[in-house]
Amino acid sequence: MEWQIIIAATIKIIVFVFLTTLPLVAMSVWAERRVSAAIQDRVGPNRVGPFGLLQAVADGIKFLLKEDFTPNHVRKGYFWLAPALVMVPALMTCAVLPFGSKLFGEKMVIADLDVGPLFVFAVASLSVYGIVLAGWASNSKYPFLGGVRSTSQMISYEISLGLSIVPLLMIYGELNLGSIVQYQAENGWALLPLWGEGLSAKGWILAVPVFVSFIIFMTSMFAETNRLPFDLPECETELVAGYHTEYSSMKFALFFLGEYAAMIIGSGLAVTLFLGGWSLPFGWLTPESTEAAVPWWHGLIHIGTFFAKVIGLILFFIVIRWTLPRFRYDQLMRLGWVFFFEIALFNVVLTALLLWWLS
Amino acid sequence: MAIVVKRPKLKLWEQLYLPAIAKGMRVTLGHFFKIVSGKKKVTMQYPEEKWDEHLPEHYRGAPALVTDEQDRERCVACQLCEFICPPRAITIKPEEIPSDDQWAKVEKRPKAFDIDMIRCIYCGLCEEVCPEQAIFLRKDYAITGTSREEMVHDKEKLYEIGGVRVGLVNKWNELK
Amino acid sequence: MSEEKPDLIDVQINGEWHSFPKGTRMIEACRQVGVEVPHYCYHPKLTSPGNCRMCLVEMGMPPRPRPGDDPPEPDEDGHLPISWIPRPAIACANTIAPNMGIRTESEMTEECRKGVMELLLANHPLDCPICDQAGECSLQEFSVEHGNGESRFREQKVKKPKNVDVGPRIRLDDERCIMCSRCIRFTDEIADDPVLGFTDRGSHTVLTVYPGKELANNYSLNTVDICPVGALTSNDFRFQMRVWFMKEVKTIDTNCATGANITVYSREDKIYRITPRQNNDVNSDWMPDSHRLNFHWIESEARLTEPLVKDGDQHRSASWQEALATTADKLAGLEGSEIAVIASARMTNEELLITNRFVKHLEAGHVDTVPRTGEADGYLISADRNPNTLGVKTVLGLDDPGSQLSAIQEGIEQGRIKAVISLQENLIEDAGFSADTLKKLDFLLVSYPLANPTADLADVVLPGAAWAEKSGTMLNITGRLQRLNKAVDGPGLTLEPWEIVRDLIQATGGGNGIYSVNDLFQQLAAEVSEFEGLTWGRIGDLGIPLIETGETIPLLEREKERIAKGLIVG
Repeated sequence: MEWQIIIAATIKIIVFVFLTTLPLVAMSVWAERRVSAAIQDRVGPNRVGPFGLLQAVADGIKFLLKEDFTPNHVRKGYFWLAPALVMVPALMTCAVLPFGSKLFGEKMVIADLDVGPLFVFAVASLSVYGIVLAGWASNSKYPFLGGVRSTSQMISYEISLGLSIVPLLMIYGELNLGSIVQYQAENGWALLPLWGEGLSAKGWILAVPVFVSFIIFMTSMFAETNRLPFDLPECETELVAGYHTEYSSMKFALFFLGEYAAMIIGSGLAVTLFLGGWSLPFGWLTPESTEAAVPWWHGLIHIGTFFAKVIGLILFFIVIRWTLPRFRYDQLMRLGWVFFFEIALFNVVLTALLLWWLS
Repeated sequence: MAIVVKRPKLKLWEQLYLPAIAKGMRVTLGHFFKIVSGKKKVTMQYPEEKWDEHLPEHYRGAPALVTDEQDRERCVACQLCEFICPPRAITIKPEEIPSDDQWAKVEKRPKAFDIDMIRCIYCGLCEEVCPEQAIFLRKDYAITGTSREEMVHDKEKLYEIGGVRVGLVNKWNELK
Repeated sequence: MSEEKPDLIDVQINGEWHSFPKGTRMIEACRQVGVEVPHYCYHPKLTSPGNCRMCLVEMGMPPRPRPGDDPPEPDEDGHLPISWIPRPAIACANTIAPNMGIRTESEMTEECRKGVMELLLANHPLDCPICDQAGECSLQEFSVEHGNGESRFREQKVKKPKNVDVGPRIRLDDERCIMCSRCIRFTDEIADDPVLGFTDRGSHTVLTVYPGKELANNYSLNTVDICPVGALTSNDFRFQMRVWFMKEVKTIDTNCATGANITVYSREDKIYRITPRQNNDVNSDWMPDSHRLNFHWIESEARLTEPLVKDGDQHRSASWQEALATTADKLAGLEGSEIAVIASARMTNEELLITNRFVKHLEAGHVDTVPRTGEADGYLISADRNPNTLGVKTVLGLDDPGSQLSAIQEGIEQGRIKAVISLQENLIEDAGFSADTLKKLDFLLVSYPLANPTADLADVVLPGAAWAEKSGTMLNITGRLQRLNKAVDGPGLTLEPWEIVRDLIQATGGGNGIYSVNDLFQQLAAEVSEFEGLTWGRIGDLGIPLIETGETIPLLEREKERIAKGLIVG
């Protein structure tokens, strides 16, 4: 039995992480460029392959073939370690995300942990070490400032990020992401309680704190992934390229891809928590329970649904980037500490009171 | 003196920022869908479509020397273009036309006429300053080369690009 | 006012009163107060025929009362009112009169200039693009300032000879000629070689050389300088470079002891032409062709561009460090009496000063320079063809330059002299040394701009700058101190001679705190009594008289006579 679990997990890791998420990272880089081009009335990369879809491959080859230059003044060990520390946690969080219901009797999640959200936050917050190390080990002023900015920004927003999902966990009474999705599949998505129990007055009233949570969660996610409008650690007008100024070649690419990987995982988490994960709306094709058997074609549809939702959110990330201007650093900190922290805290209390009142 | 910029007082609705974000997204998505649906044409797909037929009459491409219908090289090496050229791309070596030449009365011609196309900024001042209507900016825009030497257009190359130009003022006519 | 200074006359120019000495031409009076009167035929060093009519101005005198009328009342300054004469007068040939009025900006003057310009341009070809004068052409300048801007002339222009060979160095374009006759007067009055004249007078007037003659005298290129248009052009400079590209450096000629003041025109470190620069105490406005054209060797193939050291029989290129170290090595074992230093009277005073230091540092037993003499031509060329013989006497302290040369040769023959350091001199060709004599030396160092037979024999050859590539001061034949200014950079690794001598002193164990040629000049002013208290700035572009020699320049003497006769302004 042990070896069967290991084989199943290995297959899931290979398929989900290396054959799906990483290509998705590459494709989102392409999408970013094409969408930004369209928004700015340009064409974007359209030379390599159909619609320029192979641009990502060309970029990858370029990164691999470029000179991997290590400046003389850096601390070499940490300098080499930093890009890995950015990329690895981003991919590790994939482990607990349920990307489908069941396929051939296997749960479509790599590790069916009972503390899914906590694992995600614990691991994702590790990536700040990569950025801090990059900024410090580069031994140069712009990366250093970028690293410092990044640390304070990520620590600040992790608080509101964590607090924002507490109301949801209170509503679900559950920390297993698979069960959370199953609950939403049966009773309406957290944001759209349009069927099952969600259709009741209780569901609608509870949608208010959930909506507030969603806003805070998404905004904090932007800050956590260093995406515009919160890309202050690497803003080129002030810091050249921030913490990865001194990096080149594939080491730079790891930072670059780490950002997109974090974005995908963030979107996956948002989909799982707020938008019903792999489930279809109105309870269609919903399995009886988390343990119930699912026909293989249902399983495939669920996987497709999950990724459709994730891609939709990624597009949202991209459009926001080309819509909003960058925040000033003091505004960023003010937003995090003065507004989101308080609102999230208040939201927890509000949800508790509502739950007590409704029960 | 520092200037204090008065910040507008925002209403509660505005302070939420969410409507502003939605407004902004309407703009960006508006552009996005116009481009994606093909309602708006973006730009010429350069390597596949060429500029050649679409260039306007006044397009300023590579500068070149011209000969006229009498097959005379019009340049008399006055070096005014060399003088006016802002990036100093032009170098001229003048020489005297030998007395047995058909156009000996013109007396002077360029022995060497080099335009460094790496330096050239296509401003057209050389064409404007030329008192002999000898240098024109043609429509050649794809000036490429694999070495710096190749990018310096010599007299031969300049006449090759320029070709014959008719209908110019003929200053050196039979009365001259 | 005029009572106190009886030789001064009050004249009103454009409404303002000024005082000038009696006999001043109107055009000169205007020039002295900064009012420019355009002119073509007038030249202060030549007689004034008044034939171009460009300098027409409106003139006025006090009214002469009719018999019986009251004489006009003077104002509080003693000036009488002016009644303006309705016909213009030429300013170049008329002298001023008391209480005269001149208007150069009045409507009538402007109309006159416009009319004259229109007539001058009626037949002038529009070939400025090929004309060498373009850019320094009076016709272009005055056409812009005073001309019409557009021609009303619809007829065909008169055809005249073009590209005529009038002399070995000069080309004539008769269509461009505006008949100012400056060149005719120059050849007649200054060069005493009257070969030019006008023929076919009328609308087909042409300038031409007399049959069987040619404009070949050694001052002929001055006619190109004074030609206000491009009618006379120099064969040497023809079509070489447009004038607006060239950098002008004021310096002096080094071909003879007269030290004619010149302007060197160069572009990108290549000299294109040399023109005389006015200095009424040295060369007036002129210079001889032979000196003017003697600059092409500066960029000849034979230029030495890097130090050479002899390896066996062959020279090989070396760095300055190596060449200097070799020299120091060879000189180390020698007694001072075994060393001869031969400097050059073509060196500047600064170079001679540091050479003097070098001689003292080596305790060299023999010092001399090489004399050069030729025929004085009775105009500007002096018999002494070295530019700074007086400097050699004053700074290097040689009473009779050249007198030691035979003794040095003898010393070499007898083996008493084992090393010769020849600075900027070519001993075999210019000092009459034989190659066999020089071969007896243990060590021969030559610094010179060009490769030459002496350098062929040298153990160390150093590339020295030519005259246009260095700065300094020189004393001319009349004892006038003049500045030689660097016009171009020397090719390759050449150094100015003072730098070479400085480095030689340092290489042979001496020290000095000299970093620029100006340091040397300051030491010159401090150490040599004749130079006491002088500064670089005080010498100025025209130089200052420093030593009384009693020598005169024949051309200037004749000029003074003509000024005294009132023939020219001077």
